[in-house]
Amino acid sequence: MGALEVRGVNKRFGGLQALNDVNLTVEEGRIHAIIGPNGAGKSTLLNCFVGRLTPDSGTVMFHGKSLLGRQPHQINQAGVSRVFQTPEIFADLTVLENVMIPALAHRDGIFEFNAFKPMRHETDIHKRAHDVLEDLGMADKTDMVAASMSRGDKRRLEMAMGLVQEPKLLLLDEPTAGMSRADTNNTIEVLRHIGDSRGITMIIIEHDMHVVFSLADRISVLAQGTVIVEDAPENIKGNVKVQEAYLGGAH
Amino acid sequence: MLGLSRKDFLTLLFVLLLVAAAPIFLNPFPEGSKFAQFNAGYPDLMQRFVIFGIFAIGYNILFGLTGYLSFGHAAFLGAGSYAGVWMLKLLTINVIPAILVSTLVAGIFSLLIGYISLRRSGIYFSILTLAFAQMSFALAASVLTPITGGETGLQTALNDPRILDGASVGGNIPAPSLFGLQMGYSWKVAVGDWLWTFNVGYYLCAFVLLIAFYISIRIFRSPFGMMLKAVKSNNQRLSYTGISPRPYTLAAFVISGMYAGLAGGLMVSMDPLAGAERMQWTASGEVVLMTILGGVGTLIGPVLGAGLIKYFENIFSKINENLLEQWFAFMPEGLGDFIVTIIYPFVGKGWHLTLGLMFMLVVIFMPGGLIGGLSGIYKRVFRRRSTAQ
Repeated sequence: MGALEVRGVNKRFGGLQALNDVNLTVEEGRIHAIIGPNGAGKSTLLNCFVGRLTPDSGTVMFHGKSLLGRQPHQINQAGVSRVFQTPEIFADLTVLENVMIPALAHRDGIFEFNAFKPMRHETDIHKRAHDVLEDLGMADKTDMVAASMSRGDKRRLEMAMGLVQEPKLLLLDEPTAGMSRADTNNTIEVLRHIGDSRGITMIIIEHDMHVVFSLADRISVLAQGTVIVEDAPENIKGNVKVQEAYLGGAH
Repeated sequence: MLGLSRKDFLTLLFVLLLVAAAPIFLNPFPEGSKFAQFNAGYPDLMQRFVIFGIFAIGYNILFGLTGYLSFGHAAFLGAGSYAGVWMLKLLTINVIPAILVSTLVAGIFSLLIGYISLRRSGIYFSILTLAFAQMSFALAASVLTPITGGETGLQTALNDPRILDGASVGGNIPAPSLFGLQMGYSWKVAVGDWLWTFNVGYYLCAFVLLIAFYISIRIFRSPFGMMLKAVKSNNQRLSYTGISPRPYTLAAFVISGMYAGLAGGLMVSMDPLAGAERMQWTASGEVVLMTILGGVGTLIGPVLGAGLIKYFENIFSKINENLLEQWFAFMPEGLGDFIVTIIYPFVGKGWHLTLGLMFMLVVIFMPGGLIGGLSGIYKRVFRRRSTAQ
């Protein structure tokens, strides 16, 4: 049994069948990529995992427990962190604070009335946040206000916010979009390093095939709301169905 | 020091000096001089500065940190006031139980209202709090007359039971006191032409303000405070980070409600009279103005905002036409009259107009309030100097 088991998930928006009987098994400790043309339903699927959307039918089991019908903060506390496609950061706060908040959430749970201990005495939280920012090459930007950063840096900050929680499952929605080639390669390095050293299970949605083939242990191809192929990376490249889905050969 | 960083400790020290020396520097003009009426160093007004300062400090914990704009905090001020007077009537004329119980009662009241209002955010939250406050006001003024004294208000009386210190001796209603030290008692010190009044009640309020300010600094700098800032910055993201924003905002709401109750308790400890008008929406709006004027989300801004508005309300409103004519009497007949005609709408009963204009200027040109504006100017000057070197 995999870490994440998705069975028969359907989601309909009005007349559009966004997800059509999606089945997916993500093995523990693996990096699983979901690729597919625009509008295939990749982000919709991810939204079903984190509680932003509820599927019309089907099940999503994480380590044997259902994620459906739970609040986003409960899903996160169960060990599922998400890195958003458009940076969802705390724009008014500093980079360091942005990373310390998820670190606190990981340590203290959904609510903790910790109103008298000064933040600067939370040395372990500071250290963790610094370490993650260091890993992502942002150690020199800790005191910057998050809103003033470049888009690429915001993406890296997003990733730091996910990683600092040491999740069991990390969901990455196009983590390298808007990054320079050098930053992209650096991000690939970081993700691979984390995947190897901590054994975090990852689901990665990506358009950049360079990223996908550098990282993924397994790839699912989504087209028109359905998984058309699920296989190892080396078998995906030459697959006829995949080429049809991308190039529209079916029509 | 005291668990504060150096900078915060200096801020606390600054506020300490400010409130300790207020009776002196608020009376800059000699007694009997032309400008003596601009002196604000009399006990009644100084108490109000400090009490509304506490109210605004607490309000800032909600509005400044979480961004939830409550239009109903006067209800907690009022609830605290009533609870305080009842303590003075039933228990003892000593102000300590009154202050503690009023804080507690306002806390419970704000827990109820906050629990319901915080189911919505943004404008709907504001409207809900406004509705609750107006309901409280209407109830206090009518149906709840046995508890609140209705439109005449609630005050101490000769035949109050006062379980702890017994019925009043002699024919006088006892004045609120701190272990026998009456709140109204003042030492007057004359230095040259200047007259300084050091009032017991004022210094009690000032002491409470310092504690309230200290707690607010600790909250601002704590993990809890950081979560509240995160609520303001991106509420949605916080829930995907594993935090439930609702208990955080509710805790902030209750804390600010308790600050309001504390202010109400101090108010009746200075003058044991509570009326329903204290709960009216204008009173709720006033604390919003104070916070915005001084600087939302800054530590010291709300205190300054409260002082400024209360100064205007009490000093500017006293300037009348006769006085203006006296001031400009040295000018040629027509010109003097002309200037008086122009200035007159802005002073006396028209002080709201000046306040409104000032508020508009601050909001448009200093989005961070007075503190934001001042620190912006300071930074600009400082940077210019450092680049010049």
